[in-house]
Amino acid sequence: MSLDTSKIADTNRDTPATTKKPNKAGAVAGWADDRLSLGTLTKVFARKVFPDHWSFMLGEIALWSFVVLLLTGTFLTFWFVPSMSESTYEGSYTQLRGVPMSDAYASTLHISFDIRGGLLMRQMHHWAAMLFIAAMFVHLMRTFVTGAFRKPRELNWIVGSMLLLLGILEGFAGYSLPDDLLSGTGLRIADGLIKATPVVGTYMSFLIFGGEFPGDVIIPRLYILHVLLIPGLILALIGLHMTLLVFHKHTQWAGPGRTERNVVGFPMLPVYAAKAGGFFFMVFGVTALMGALLSINPIWKYGPYDPSKVTAGSQPDWYMGIAEGLLRIMPNWETHIWGVTISWNVLIPGQIAPFLLFGMIIGWPFLEQWVTGDKREHHLLQRPRNAPTRTAFLAAMVTVYGLLWAAGGNDILATHFHWSLNSITYFMRAAIFIIPPIVFYITRRWCIALQRADNDRLLHGYETGIIMRSPEGGYTERHLPISEASAYTLTARQRDQIHEVESEVDENGVAAPGGRVDRVRAKLSRGMYADNVQKPTAEELEEARHHAEHEHELESGLDHPAAGHEFDDHNLRDVDDIPLRHP
Amino acid sequence: MSDHLPETTHDGHPPVVVDEPIPDPGLPAHEWRPTDVDPKAERRAERQVAGLFGLAVVGSILFVVSYVVFQVGDDPDLIGNLGASNVALGLCLALVLLAMGAGMIQWARKLMGDQEIVEMRHPAASSQEDREAAVAILQTGLEESGLGRRPLIRNSLLAAGGVLGILPIVMLADLGPLPGDKLYHTIWDLDTWTPEMQAWWQTQNRTLQRVVRDVVGTPIKVTDLEIGDLVNAEPEVIFATDPETKQPIVEGTDLLIAKSKAAVVLHRMVPSDIVSEQTLNWSVAGIVCYSKICTHVGCPISLNERTTHHLLCPCHQSTFDLADSGRVVFGPAARPLPQLELTVDDDGYLAAKQDFNEPVGPSFWERG
Repeated sequence: MSLDTSKIADTNRDTPATTKKPNKAGAVAGWADDRLSLGTLTKVFARKVFPDHWSFMLGEIALWSFVVLLLTGTFLTFWFVPSMSESTYEGSYTQLRGVPMSDAYASTLHISFDIRGGLLMRQMHHWAAMLFIAAMFVHLMRTFVTGAFRKPRELNWIVGSMLLLLGILEGFAGYSLPDDLLSGTGLRIADGLIKATPVVGTYMSFLIFGGEFPGDVIIPRLYILHVLLIPGLILALIGLHMTLLVFHKHTQWAGPGRTERNVVGFPMLPVYAAKAGGFFFMVFGVTALMGALLSINPIWKYGPYDPSKVTAGSQPDWYMGIAEGLLRIMPNWETHIWGVTISWNVLIPGQIAPFLLFGMIIGWPFLEQWVTGDKREHHLLQRPRNAPTRTAFLAAMVTVYGLLWAAGGNDILATHFHWSLNSITYFMRAAIFIIPPIVFYITRRWCIALQRADNDRLLHGYETGIIMRSPEGGYTERHLPISEASAYTLTARQRDQIHEVESEVDENGVAAPGGRVDRVRAKLSRGMYADNVQKPTAEELEEARHHAEHEHELESGLDHPAAGHEFDDHNLRDVDDIPLRHP
Repeated sequence: MSDHLPETTHDGHPPVVVDEPIPDPGLPAHEWRPTDVDPKAERRAERQVAGLFGLAVVGSILFVVSYVVFQVGDDPDLIGNLGASNVALGLCLALVLLAMGAGMIQWARKLMGDQEIVEMRHPAASSQEDREAAVAILQTGLEESGLGRRPLIRNSLLAAGGVLGILPIVMLADLGPLPGDKLYHTIWDLDTWTPEMQAWWQTQNRTLQRVVRDVVGTPIKVTDLEIGDLVNAEPEVIFATDPETKQPIVEGTDLLIAKSKAAVVLHRMVPSDIVSEQTLNWSVAGIVCYSKICTHVGCPISLNERTTHHLLCPCHQSTFDLADSGRVVFGPAARPLPQLELTVDDDGYLAAKQDFNEPVGPSFWERG
């Protein structure tokens, strides 16, 4: 029990002893602390360190756009009527007056044309959804390519992946709600995908749509998923994601003083709170700008849903693009056997391939961990070039994604560029198998070349661009050593180790258990890491330095800049060594 | 500089050791910013931040003004098809938010302390003592509950939990009716009609259901179609109105379900262009009738290639040959478009002889 000194008279001189009047804020804080132990929490968390790097901002965009989604979405629920009951439209939008339509569609028109700011909120909601999913994708790629998923962060990698899946599901449920011609067509396709499910497809379709498509319950059902269930799950997972982030502390880039054992950066209070809070307003503001100036999903132009109509050039939201592309380029395989139908043409692109691709990305960290056998914690990020195989794998997957995206818009490509629709489709069927391996190979070699360039900078210094002529008449380019800080940063990474098959047989001469698995592991390890360039050893560095000194001796006759290079100082100055401004 | 990879230890530090040919030079010295050392720069930054926050106040006022001044419904196409209200409100809101955000960030960057601080990391794993204590506690719990010693209780609890898990799944059964044979019939089949529809049919005094134009519902004569025409059509019953109340007989969800299976296209071609015998037999004077619903995933098909008699689905580009039993000539659809057998009724209008002889729309498992 510590003594509360504020209540104790602090003078015994000639003024009368009085107790100090406690200040208001302090009193409130004290009241709360007595019940919630806020002091301890503040002590632990308020000065929590967050390292600074632009790429750490990507996840923040996702977080803040989700907050924008909650705010704008709540506004929309005040007027949106999630019902498929039909009535005749008599609202402000003259071109649809007298047209029978569902309450969902009519209330979306009402929000767009009768509620001030309603259209703005609708457009901001839709744009924020696009941003949310896009930011999650880019954040995932950042995490992947820098190895930020390594121990102890594997669980957070899974949580993040689940967030991406839920985000896409949430987006699909959301844009299906207005019950316009485009979203109805999306639901019709979803119904087709469901019906293709082996054995239970029709039953699932009838249960989900409450009878035959389109039925009259799918909008209210999607609505409750969209406003309660999925956002609730997303919110819970975001909470978990952030808790784990705080618990593990953020990863950081290697650099002088930045090691595996510490985290260097700005404290939560005040700098990070201000920056992150300010960034929330920036994301919100950019969304408002987009909502103001960029038209999105003008449902009044599509008209209410009618299963016998469709517009040419119908496209889903961008994140459904790869499913669309897969559906479009899949050959028309269907098996009729033992009185049943297996629709490979729908099953593979709709239910198998997207999850397979997603699973490959999500599973890679675990494959990597198994191959390397690395059980250590990692808090320093890897530069993409220093994990060539991983980087190349992501590049290949991005290529698959991009190709499928293009395939999903094959009709748009055909009409815009006057290409043959059929040729685009045939090309894509082959391209998704041929181009990604090429991209993989090029990226991998590119990374390895960059690793070599790093070693060159370490061993021979950087190119000054100054050409020296020796007394004998030979020409050389002058190299100068890079700063100690840069050199340290380049070498602050681990050497790759290649797993070797320990022994084909155990001590009794019997084939060792798991020998085949071990051989696969060794083979993968060689394939993934054997070509990587390792950083130089201390001896190699010493030898290179020795060599450079010798060269400098040769150049030592030159105590002034070479002719024409008097003002090259800015080239010789290494930015890491000398700051631009002195205090 | 270890060559082997140690397991995580519990000595309080992550065991990763970076192989370092160069020793860590340590954090570089902090550099003061102009705002730290130059009172002028500091005051300028202060004015910038306050100015930005002031701008946010101005933006808020402008927002309220635009809210009052502009009505939404007036002209949605004003200002680049975006609507004056939308643009004004959006720009004002953006101004408020961006100014606030920029102000806060400028404040953080220029005026708040920019000393980086260092925090040490600790392994995520709990310490060895804690682990052992945890195991001991769990062991105690296991022993005190007797879960290990009393398999009867354990197994019956597992059974109860498993059965409980089934109940919610059972309760979902009423989400929708069972499919039955609904996917095998369309409203072209008079036997599927409701009593109201049957009653209306009695007043018509005919035996064949006409194929009528979509949207307007007018019956079609052979001479109404030119060679190469493509017409969207529907069964006439969906346009039927009650003779007394003049209200549509099929409406709302029933109408949408009916259309989602019964929509058709009519196409007229030179009879000699028709390739397949069945297509010819089921046509009338070169007019063929096919389901409009794609056999891939159910989009309505409507893009007509006039010279080739090909019909293209705008969703996934499956292409069907209308001259040859609706054969798939391109794209992901596997089955031909179902053809509707056409005839001409006593008044000379196109009519359906019978329902489709196979399910229309996307494939499903038990379809065979």
